[in-house]
Amino acid sequence: MKLYCDTGRLVELRDFLQGILSDTTMSEVEQHQVILAVEEVAANLIIHSHDCNPKEFIEINVSRDKKLLKIEIIDSGEKFNILEYQEPDITEVIKSKRKGGLGIILVKRIMDKIEFESFQNKNICRLYKILKSK
Amino acid sequence: MLTIEKTHESPNWILKLTGEIDASNSVNVDSAIQELLKSGAENLLVDCTDLEYISSAGLGVFMSYLEEFQEKNIGMVIFGLKDKVFQVFHILGLDQLIRIKPDKSAALAS
Repeated sequence: MKLYCDTGRLVELRDFLQGILSDTTMSEVEQHQVILAVEEVAANLIIHSHDCNPKEFIEINVSRDKKLLKIEIIDSGEKFNILEYQEPDITEVIKSKRKGGLGIILVKRIMDKIEFESFQNKNICRLYKILKSK
Repeated sequence: MLTIEKTHESPNWILKLTGEIDASNSVNVDSAIQELLKSGAENLLVDCTDLEYISSAGLGVFMSYLEEFQEKNIGMVIFGLKDKVFQVFHILGLDQLIRIKPDKSAALAS
């Protein structure tokens, strides 16, 4: 799907993912968490790499087989390598009263594997979740 | 879609959050808490019975008040979290930092 860089449209991403995930072996809690992880990456790009410019968009592709769910988040904004990002300590987040920094921690704790690739002005973040057999 | 209702049930202020909190509307939760603090709220009960979703933007709002609440002796209890939403607090360990109760009566008794 194409997601335009307006945080007010994140709900479209949640609806899109819910439609796909509800057809998997994942529990409601797991579906919720994967949706959250993808939204965290998308929101981060929308806000920090695209300055919430509603004319720009990012692309989200989902594919799956019986064992693995793969979500690709593709954009051409300023490169943000999630794997290189040093997430803050939770106590530091509280002390500094900063309202950000928690999203990437969530992504790393929820997903089973994360990949990042950047080439020809294109950034691809791949999030993987192992699907349990029924 | 998020709706925020504020009710005063002396000595508590109840902040009822209905719907979904994400990066587009977490600022509204922040403003609602600010307003309650300005009106002198000392005991804040956050009713999440009808909260379906919270992203890090929303969690960050609660986190950003923890120190201030502790310094000013303001009580905050979150209650009624659905399991899927509670799990998000749990992943970050926020259930150890924020008082979370299953329902309103437990929140009032805490």
